[in-house]
Amino acid sequence: MEPTGMQTLNRDRVARVEAAIPLVKTGKVVESANTVKLLETVIRPFDMVNIEGDNQKQADYLSECLCKVDTGVIHDLHIVQSAITLPSHLDIFEKGVAKKIDFSFSGPQADRLAKMIRTGNIELGSIHTYLELFGRYFMDLTPRVALTAAYQADKNGNLYTGFNTEDTPVVIEATRFKQGIVIAQVNEIVERLPRVDIPGDWVDFVIQSPKPFYVEPLFTRDPGLITDVQILKAMMAIKGIYAEYGVQRLNHGIGFDTAAIELLLPTYGEELGLRGKICSYFALNPHPTLIPAIESGWVKSIHCFGGELGMEEYVRRRSDVFFTGPDGSLRSNRAFGQVAGHYALDMFIGGTLQIDKYGNSSTATASRVAGFGGAPNMGCDPRGRRHSSPAWLKCGEENGIQKQLTGDLPRGKRLVVQIQETFREKWAPGFVDKLDAWELAENAGLDIPPVMIYGDDLTHILTEEGIAYLHKCSSLEQRMAAVRAVAGYTEIGLSANERETKELRAKGIVKTPEDLDIDVSSANRELLAAKNVRELVDWSGGLYNPPARFRNW
Amino acid sequence: MALQTLRFLLKPMGKYVSVPNEWSHTGVVGSGDMEVLMRHEKLDGAVSVTVRTPVRGFDEIWEKVLARFVKEQSLGDVSIEINDNNATPYIVSMRLKQALSEAMEGSGL
Repeated sequence: MEPTGMQTLNRDRVARVEAAIPLVKTGKVVESANTVKLLETVIRPFDMVNIEGDNQKQADYLSECLCKVDTGVIHDLHIVQSAITLPSHLDIFEKGVAKKIDFSFSGPQADRLAKMIRTGNIELGSIHTYLELFGRYFMDLTPRVALTAAYQADKNGNLYTGFNTEDTPVVIEATRFKQGIVIAQVNEIVERLPRVDIPGDWVDFVIQSPKPFYVEPLFTRDPGLITDVQILKAMMAIKGIYAEYGVQRLNHGIGFDTAAIELLLPTYGEELGLRGKICSYFALNPHPTLIPAIESGWVKSIHCFGGELGMEEYVRRRSDVFFTGPDGSLRSNRAFGQVAGHYALDMFIGGTLQIDKYGNSSTATASRVAGFGGAPNMGCDPRGRRHSSPAWLKCGEENGIQKQLTGDLPRGKRLVVQIQETFREKWAPGFVDKLDAWELAENAGLDIPPVMIYGDDLTHILTEEGIAYLHKCSSLEQRMAAVRAVAGYTEIGLSANERETKELRAKGIVKTPEDLDIDVSSANRELLAAKNVRELVDWSGGLYNPPARFRNW
Repeated sequence: MALQTLRFLLKPMGKYVSVPNEWSHTGVVGSGDMEVLMRHEKLDGAVSVTVRTPVRGFDEIWEKVLARFVKEQSLGDVSIEINDNNATPYIVSMRLKQALSEAMEGSGL
């Protein structure tokens, strides 16, 4: 006999879907005029709801429609989503439709989010990394209803998510297989899809939105804005870290520092004879600034978390390097990309806002709840890693405290590198005594200061003053001295002791450009493989089609 | 933005070198950068520096950056003018070194 109550979720699901059948035009297609009515029909108060808000792709139309529902019918929703990036994502709370949020990243809405947490408009669950949040979708944060976005659907609900697949598979998998309901906004409904990314029986309703979903070109950096100091840091990174460890598998984040490195591979990297020895495999979005390195034969493989506007044709024609579907276009997937980023990288390298005297680093400021995205999954030493690679082994061998923990047993270590300019704009120091994250934790009532990368995971700090090889240190005292040695004229840097710094340089724990035999005066824009967006287009053979705002010729 | 003018007189510390008796000029006052002018001037071995900058509240750091430069290069009898547009301390010392090497060209030093 079937235990009572064991089919409750499914009965509830069937009841909700059946109630919405009058709104269906044909197959699974609902007219956009009925979107608000559909949401009011299938969503119930206190439901856990995912609004697909990815790093780039946004289910913006469904989010706006959720703002319009009758709060007498729907209220107190618990929203679970990767990124809070649109005003409507927070309007939902202001209007009283939703109450609680669990998320990962909030970029442009970070200020307003902090205010709404303070005023009690939003109850904050937790701030996660992408993988953590995805994990919780399959544990205790399983959406009852998912509002997702795709390029195309057919009338049976099959979805084509193509270039910007991003989080869609993981969200739908968690929702639909736990008897939840999936609604997709699509740019168009077609007879035949280029390829099926999500099978139709995992999708309950599709709606053609009045305009295409919003995508942000997050990873496009204009080489014209790269400075000489960024080029100097890129030279130090390539010679003092990439070449030193033979880093083959890596992630590059957003930002001009890594864009400079990408553009130096075919010039400075070639000069050092490094092609084939470093930078063969990447987990990253299709950065336009990587085109010259790809065209020069540096890169074997790139798996992408998401797409990047303008790179569609280029990627399609470089299927030897990128993961593409049977239709030829890019298949991105944030969940798998983050798994690769967590377990399969030799190195993570990226920029930050503040590093404290211990080497903890954070992008939090006192008034912005910005979250983490995927950086901490990659910017950490994955403790579950069991395979080895030369870079991982070398970093582990140099680890100054490993023997105190595991005796004579060899264990490797992920390289986690923060590139930092000692002063940012307006002389804001990049090194501080105490992170602003502490103040934010107090302001927003967080349990712990939101830290992007903890000092015990961080292996290298690279500034224009030099590289600190922190993992080589055998005590916190020594690490702090190494941090001070590369902190320039900041308060932290000015407290460095000349004799101590000299000793660290003698031990190879700190290396200046001079120690690395890098001529500072040669660090200039002449070294860039492409000096502007136009030259990137040329490198791509005309396949890269930059968004209008980057077309300045 | 209102500019403020900072003046520093850095005292001599033993043996020093100066620049040839003519102007040297380097850099541009573009975004995040600065220009430097250097010339020889009899100052009993001291170095005088005039800084015009839009950034307020960092006088001490300016002094430290300049003092380190003068000490490292053993400079004396030089007058330096800096027109700053939000250059960071590292850019300041980099541009100073560039200005000096341009000023020294042909001087045999």
